[in-house]
Amino acid sequence: MFISMAPLLVWFERRVAAFIQDRLGPNRVGPIGILQPVADGIKLIFKEEFFPALSNKVLYFLAPCISLFVSLFVFAVIPFAAPVEINGKILYPQVANLNIGMLYVLAISSLGVYGIMIGGWSSNNKYSLLGGLRASSQMISYELTMGMSVAAVVLFFGTFDLQKIVETQSGFHWGVIFQPVSFFLFLVAALAESNRVPFDLPEGETELVGGYHTEYGGMKFGGFLFAEYLNIVTLSGMMVTLFFGGYNGLEWFSNLVDASPVLNAVIQFSAFSIKTLLLLFFFVWVRWTYPRFRYDQIMRLGWKILLPISIGNLLVTAMLIYWGVF
Amino acid sequence: MDWFVYGFSALAIASAIMVITRRNPIISALYLCLTLFCLAALFVLLEAYFIAAVQVLVYAGAVMVLFIFVIMLLNLDPEKMIVEYFQTPRMISVISALLLFGFLTFVFWTNNITGERGYDFPVQITQGGGHLKAMSSKLFTTFLLAFEVTSILLLVAIVGAVVLAKRKV
Amino acid sequence: MDYSGVMLVTSAAIFTIGVAGVLIRRNALIFFMSIELMLNAANLAFASFSYFLNSLDGQVFVFFVMMVAAAEAAVGLGIIIAIFKNRKTVDLYDLRLLQG
Repeated sequence: MFISMAPLLVWFERRVAAFIQDRLGPNRVGPIGILQPVADGIKLIFKEEFFPALSNKVLYFLAPCISLFVSLFVFAVIPFAAPVEINGKILYPQVANLNIGMLYVLAISSLGVYGIMIGGWSSNNKYSLLGGLRASSQMISYELTMGMSVAAVVLFFGTFDLQKIVETQSGFHWGVIFQPVSFFLFLVAALAESNRVPFDLPEGETELVGGYHTEYGGMKFGGFLFAEYLNIVTLSGMMVTLFFGGYNGLEWFSNLVDASPVLNAVIQFSAFSIKTLLLLFFFVWVRWTYPRFRYDQIMRLGWKILLPISIGNLLVTAMLIYWGVF
Repeated sequence: MDWFVYGFSALAIASAIMVITRRNPIISALYLCLTLFCLAALFVLLEAYFIAAVQVLVYAGAVMVLFIFVIMLLNLDPEKMIVEYFQTPRMISVISALLLFGFLTFVFWTNNITGERGYDFPVQITQGGGHLKAMSSKLFTTFLLAFEVTSILLLVAIVGAVVLAKRKV
Repeated sequence: MDYSGVMLVTSAAIFTIGVAGVLIRRNALIFFMSIELMLNAANLAFASFSYFLNSLDGQVFVFFVMMVAAAEAAVGLGIIIAIFKNRKTVDLYDLRLLQG
């Protein structure tokens, strides 16, 4: 059900972009244009499936599938609500409650590079190859910053288990208050990992014709697009879980209504959704505000500026924990 | 549970055979990724969760990306392998590899290795507060020297890779 | 069920396939990939021994083997790129400079 946020994001982005640019967005299809993603999907399905002059049809077909699968797998460990006890059995509102939840997220998000690289290479087109190589080198560079900032957060909370991290943040002891530098680093790394402006040189239309998805049309292109939006939703979900208290925040409401466990879970899920929507708005806002970085600027930022800051952040957090401040 | 073990083992062996028999180096690299995933699944079945995650994170997520980068940048033609497949040196290599496999299988099948020889595993995990804590406590106390030396080894590897790839100015 | 035999035979099979790949293939990159196969087979053997002999040391050693393999892959690929820049080929049969 959470995955349905990705088509919503398509519509949301175009409306917010229009609002920032002082015009109306899509408003014909459905009440306020809300069926626009449906119309886009139908158009993409009905387009002709073609294979350009390729060396390898299997890889060409496989690349968007890999991107989609990798974006979906990370959803499995994000906790939507506290464990609910129904008739004596404890249900976890996650797909999988892993002891090494955070490590799993890092591992799966490092696989996101494959879809882009294989898509860029199998298109038999020098612009696609360049776009694919640039995108993958950008993604692997910013994985380091993401990993280090997550390491500082895990050091602070003391566990890799995402459910426990969210439970520790109850009562407005949110992660962003105790780890602001980590939050900033994770935000920038998430922008770079999902190939969003200002880091979207690999797919910039004015730079590389279209980057790694130049030669893709129809539902394969739809696959790449959907994978990118899903990646944004996943990273927003991760940020909410680690830094913004996960599903906490609406306890006053459930105390007011005196909720049963199931209704409590629904209230917590809606708290999580509201926070994720606010972060998605932030992502879209940044996209239509800043210009694009050059490739060497992106690499310089990732290696020379953000990586030393994240290592320093990890050191400072470790020292503060050792001296008993936290 | 048995079928998971048999299935992932068979898939790992099949994709390993595919690695060494394909003409196109990128297809070999992708089959190697599949082999690494099957091995990560086998690690999970052996209750080595941290190792499985590190395998996907380091091996399948970084080392194989490096391999595929190099193959793409070197832009190699698929080598013509079918023409000279059944040469004599290659047949001798294959036969000696099969003999090695026979020897190893004989050693492993005919010796009984299960038993209570060590005493670490379940005790350390339940007392140490989970698999991750037990393993990291071992890593930072008993194997501390190896850990620090490994970090220096990685530093040497980084410097070496940069020196090798530098253009001569 | 006691599936120690299955795990170890899998490890032996993957190791043997790696050995065969090293001996057969002419392409330097696939040669390196066979070496990675051998290292992974050894990792699997370590992990299965650690599980069946109830000791956590095997898994720690797997961690170290992975670090060493990653370092060795990076430097090895740097060497291959340097050779390619010089000789424009990665065919091992064409790189027999030390042969008498």
